[in-house]
Amino acid sequence: MSFEQPRGLTSMSRTDLAIETSGLVKSFGGTRAVDGVDLAVRAGSVYGVLGPNGAGKTTTIRMLATLLRPDAGSARVLGHDVVAEADEVRGLVSLTGQMASVDEELTGRENLVLLGRLLGLKWRVAKDRAADLLDAFGLADASGRLVKHYSGGMRRRLDIAASIVVTREVMFLDEPTTGLDPRSRNQVWDIVRALAAEGTTILLCTQYLDEADQLADGIAVIDHGRVIAEGTPSQLKASIGSGALHVRLLDPDQRPVAERLLARELSTVHLEPDPAALSAPCADGNRAAEAVAELSRAGVRVASFSLGQPSLDEVFLALTGHPADDQTEEAEIAEEELA
Amino acid sequence: MTEARLHNVLATAPRPRRPSALSASLTFGWRGMLKVKHVPEQLMDVTLTPVLFVLMFTYLFGGAIAGSTAEYLDYILPGILVMSVLFTTVYSGVSLNTDLTKGVVDRFRSLPIWRPAPLVGALLGDSLRYLVAGTVIVVLGVALGYRPGAGVGGVVLALALVIVFAFALSWVFTTLGLLLRSPNAVMNAGFTGIFPLTFLSNVFVDPETLPGPLKAFVDANPISILASASRGLMEGNVESADIAVVLGTAALLTALFAPLTTHLYRTRT
Ligand SMILES: Nc1ncnc2c1ncn2[C@@H]1O[C@H](COP(=O)(O)OP(=O)(O)O)[C@@H](O)[C@H]1O
Ligand SMILES: [Mg+2]
Repeated sequence: MSFEQPRGLTSMSRTDLAIETSGLVKSFGGTRAVDGVDLAVRAGSVYGVLGPNGAGKTTTIRMLATLLRPDAGSARVLGHDVVAEADEVRGLVSLTGQMASVDEELTGRENLVLLGRLLGLKWRVAKDRAADLLDAFGLADASGRLVKHYSGGMRRRLDIAASIVVTREVMFLDEPTTGLDPRSRNQVWDIVRALAAEGTTILLCTQYLDEADQLADGIAVIDHGRVIAEGTPSQLKASIGSGALHVRLLDPDQRPVAERLLARELSTVHLEPDPAALSAPCADGNRAAEAVAELSRAGVRVASFSLGQPSLDEVFLALTGHPADDQTEEAEIAEEELA
Repeated sequence: MTEARLHNVLATAPRPRRPSALSASLTFGWRGMLKVKHVPEQLMDVTLTPVLFVLMFTYLFGGAIAGSTAEYLDYILPGILVMSVLFTTVYSGVSLNTDLTKGVVDRFRSLPIWRPAPLVGALLGDSLRYLVAGTVIVVLGVALGYRPGAGVGGVVLALALVIVFAFALSWVFTTLGLLLRSPNAVMNAGFTGIFPLTFLSNVFVDPETLPGPLKAFVDANPISILASASRGLMEGNVESADIAVVLGTAALLTALFAPLTTHLYRTRT
């Protein structure tokens, strides 16, 4: 029988871990893509790996999925070493890669039947399973179409469907909603929640704090191949300030007045690059509403305002003191300078 | 997409046993055939090029090289069969290289299957292309007046021998396909190798007319021996030593390059 484990890393015994890495390192030429990553993912949880482009998320996932051999350190999936017992690991995991990991030159149905056959299903069973999955994922109408004609959201759903043709203990999802419209993103989120409810351990790489917050039980923030912060979403948000009021004014000349008023109501105020915009950390909706009302009373004309979660940029600024720049580009520029 | 259906489909996921090496390879072969089904134009290069070769060599060079086109057709047809099918093997490397740029390869590589299955399967699919190319040539040859001495049986055996050798040679090009950066580079390197090897064989000319060192090379070239064996099988006067050399070379190529390809496929980043 299972019982509820208290949350948090300290209370975890080793056997509860579905994924465990220590000192994982992978370099490409001069770039240390992954530079000593330690992860501990509890079985049955959704674990978010949050970081900007080029931080080393995909490289980490590829090592865990036995596609890349670590240069140093070790990684275990459900107790199996990803190098020494790669074959066992492959029998336990499934990968939904960042590049669509479905065959664009086949139809949606053919993709799922192919995977079913490759995973050991009989023809009949593979076909039935494909039909059930296409139906459940809202792809039945498109099942006979070539995947290259699918929309981004359909492709993602098919990709995830391909990962659950058979039961898998651990799923790797690499940026499952990047580039999707909000509706498709919500559909993918629903699928991830349903998977989590079935007890699948999910390692989710993402660039969106929002996504990690919505789906994950634990989050590791990763930057230049290193874990720079780790904890539950609420711990993480508490450590960086959990939200911000964003205000845009009709008249940029009124910004000094607005700045003074907001500073009084909410303490620190950031002036944004846009001369009509400013923001202030704030977690409480009522306090934000008060502050906006105060602006109105003082005659400051507000074009729009929103209360949002901190962006990944703000998270990075808070954690590292530098913004979450695109680290792929940075590495490429460095390479060009060397050449 | 309803929640109930989603949960149902997740809860009913099967837990099958792993497929056998053969079953996984055949499934990848099926994938290759589905691609041909969706884009039948892919078969153009394996049908059109051989047709051009037969017509060109028979009518353009036949008179000049052998004195009469009919006589030359007897000599050249098995040779063109060999050449056309061997040229097609370069495309195995090209299509593997193209495949590698796609995310689906990561999924294949993370599956618990027999490691060489994606490669063996792709080459099995390609063998079908070799069969198409070979059949087109023989049928066209017969239409132009070619009459194989050993009849249908001899032709079938010759075709089988050429396809076995082509299957083995494809492993060389899949290795290239994994080593080189772009499909074009694979194509260029592949043809740079296969072109001179084919022309420095007895496919087009009788080596008796060649100067000493060149003749020695042509005689030892496995493609010459394959062409002689095919001619022999189709005429009914094959030397078993030729067949042994062809099969031995095929076994050697496979033994060297199949494990190499598999290793590169597994470790490629
Ligand atoms: N196959 C590769 N060859 C060379 N450099 C690579 C390769 N894969 C990733 N990198 C580099 O490693 C770094 C981390 O990349 P990646 O793991 O893809 O980051 P993320 O998934 O977080 O965007 C980047 O600087 C990237 O350019
Ligand atoms: Mg990535």
